[in-house]
Amino acid sequence: MTDNTAVTKQAETSRNDSALLPPVDVIEDAGGITLYADLPGVSKEGLGLQVEADTLTIEGEITLAVPEGMESSHAEVSLPRYRRVFTLSKELDTEKVGAEFNQGVLKLRIPKAAHAQPRKIEVRVA
Amino acid sequence: MLYRSFFPRDLFADLDRLQREMQQNFEISPSIRGLTRGFPAMNVGSTPKSVEIYAFAPGIAPEALEVHVEKGVLAVAGERKLEAVPDKATAHIDERFTGRFRRIVSLPDDVDATAVEARYRDGVLHISIPRKEAAQPQRISIQ
Repeated sequence: MTDNTAVTKQAETSRNDSALLPPVDVIEDAGGITLYADLPGVSKEGLGLQVEADTLTIEGEITLAVPEGMESSHAEVSLPRYRRVFTLSKELDTEKVGAEFNQGVLKLRIPKAAHAQPRKIEVRVA
Repeated sequence: MLYRSFFPRDLFADLDRLQREMQQNFEISPSIRGLTRGFPAMNVGSTPKSVEIYAFAPGIAPEALEVHVEKGVLAVAGERKLEAVPDKATAHIDERFTGRFRRIVSLPDDVDATAVEARYRDGVLHISIPRKEAAQPQRISIQ
């Protein structure tokens, strides 16, 4: 019951900016960075991705099929949105970000710019 | 893994865990299964006609999810497999849950366990259990 009152209180004070922090995995290989984020309850339409300068913002609105008149008795997901912000490094090519979203899991692929790709330098013996 | 919250940097979950760990050092563990939070995160609500349970379990094939109702207890279990980190790649952040999970919710007495409905959409398992007809509040007309 305490959970329930906490939720309604937060909704009432219209703290629109408070959001849940979704768990992520970030994996880097030679070609770029792959980011996975868990955003359960977010539909494709409710997902917002933004790259501005060197900042990546992931946002999602949670929409659940809630029957009319439902009273919440226990809530672990206590806010209706997720948000997480990352700072990208310069060698990442933000023009070529690829995104897939499936069953609440977002997969982002951020390739490294061509000039930042690793090159092997041949050593010649003179 | 056992004490891991679904949300990273979840202050309340961390405080919960801290409290639990301190408690365990001073006395015998109060609950044999110990945890109250974990994967999947769950919301529970009720209407006069049904009990609604939401399990936030993203990226799982519906076949890998199991829902059981037995003796007034609902169990949600399954396994979450994540893509393996490829060779020569570095994992910088590793917060997402992986492995087998099981969570239990005790149900009120008046639910009809034979009419459980479960749907999986956008990574949320929504379980709806109707209450028995006889248990619905009835207005008695006064003559």
